[in-house]
Amino acid sequence: MVTLTFRGEVYEVRAGMTLRNALEKLALNPHMVLGVREGKLITDDTILNEGDEVKLVAVISGG
Amino acid sequence: MRCKKCGATAAIHMRQHKLALCEMHYVDWFQAQTERFIGKYRMFAREERVLIAVSGGKDSLALWDVLLALGYEADGLYIDLGINGGLDYSKQSLARIEGFLAGREGGSLHVVDIAGVYGATVPEAARLTRRGRAKPCAVCGLVKRHVMNRVARDGGYDVLATGHNLDDEAAVLFGNTLNWQLGYLARQAPVLPASADGLARKVKPFFRFYERETAAYALVRGIDYLYEECPFSVGATSIRHKMTLNLMETDSPGLKLQFYLGFLRAKEAGALAGMAEARPVMEPCERCGQPTTAGVVCAFCRLWEARRSGDER
Repeated sequence: MVTLTFRGEVYEVRAGMTLRNALEKLALNPHMVLGVREGKLITDDTILNEGDEVKLVAVISGG
Repeated sequence: MRCKKCGATAAIHMRQHKLALCEMHYVDWFQAQTERFIGKYRMFAREERVLIAVSGGKDSLALWDVLLALGYEADGLYIDLGINGGLDYSKQSLARIEGFLAGREGGSLHVVDIAGVYGATVPEAARLTRRGRAKPCAVCGLVKRHVMNRVARDGGYDVLATGHNLDDEAAVLFGNTLNWQLGYLARQAPVLPASADGLARKVKPFFRFYERETAAYALVRGIDYLYEECPFSVGATSIRHKMTLNLMETDSPGLKLQFYLGFLRAKEAGALAGMAEARPVMEPCERCGQPTTAGVVCAFCRLWEARRSGDER
């Protein structure tokens, strides 16, 4: 499995899908988050491997 | 996906530019683009002194980082509004800014503590006003505009820069268009020139970057910014507008950029010409001397007078 963390919540998706597919599964707009794996930014076509831990950083701010 | 410059693994893909870059080339590209926008839109010259309004968030710290990297004389201004929201929001923001500065040469920080100077935090002062009772955002904007202009003017800065990005600008444009706020539309621009009546020149060097791109720059540069949003921004209209625009962007890459740049072109062609002249004449406030359209005493001074008379009751 692949672990994704977003705003303190932890989600799991199966390995082998792209980050973009994972975001779709979590109903997150790819324009509103960035994926970080092992401290590095990843593009949304990156294939997520078994055991990956991906931090999703929200990019929307304002008020 | 591979970096267009060197073929290494890409860190970011910008669909609207059909461009993917690795971390190193992304930093180079981002800084070069900022320099290009500063020149193209005549924001400021190399010898001019820049005051950056910093909040501790990604955009303003990234802007400070870029301007220092490009060799500009750029100082920061942090306005401590006294917002707590259960997470010591203002204190956390200042800690991020101090952390940012600790590892860098050049650039000094002005801190204006609103409660220390005026006797109350912004949320406390806002409770006395009709508009600010539920949410202090309108009062917060008033305080920030006043303090930014005063510090820029008193400090002899040539220009005041903010970290507004394209998503911020497109969301404001979207909201003003939905409501046909022609006066606001006429005044929305990446550069607002200084006025003879005492308003500092204001610029937005990041106005062509998507919010995702400023966040990516901050992450790649290792800038420890405050992820949390202002507690009062929950449910804000501007955030809803951003979400709507991002839904459209997903189907039409480049839509946000096209929307805003098209607006600037239309304005340049005179689409809002009559409205731009509608700005009322400003007079110096009798109390603080800052320009105001509100009569003899500006809204900022009236806010604190109301606060003082509230204390006396």
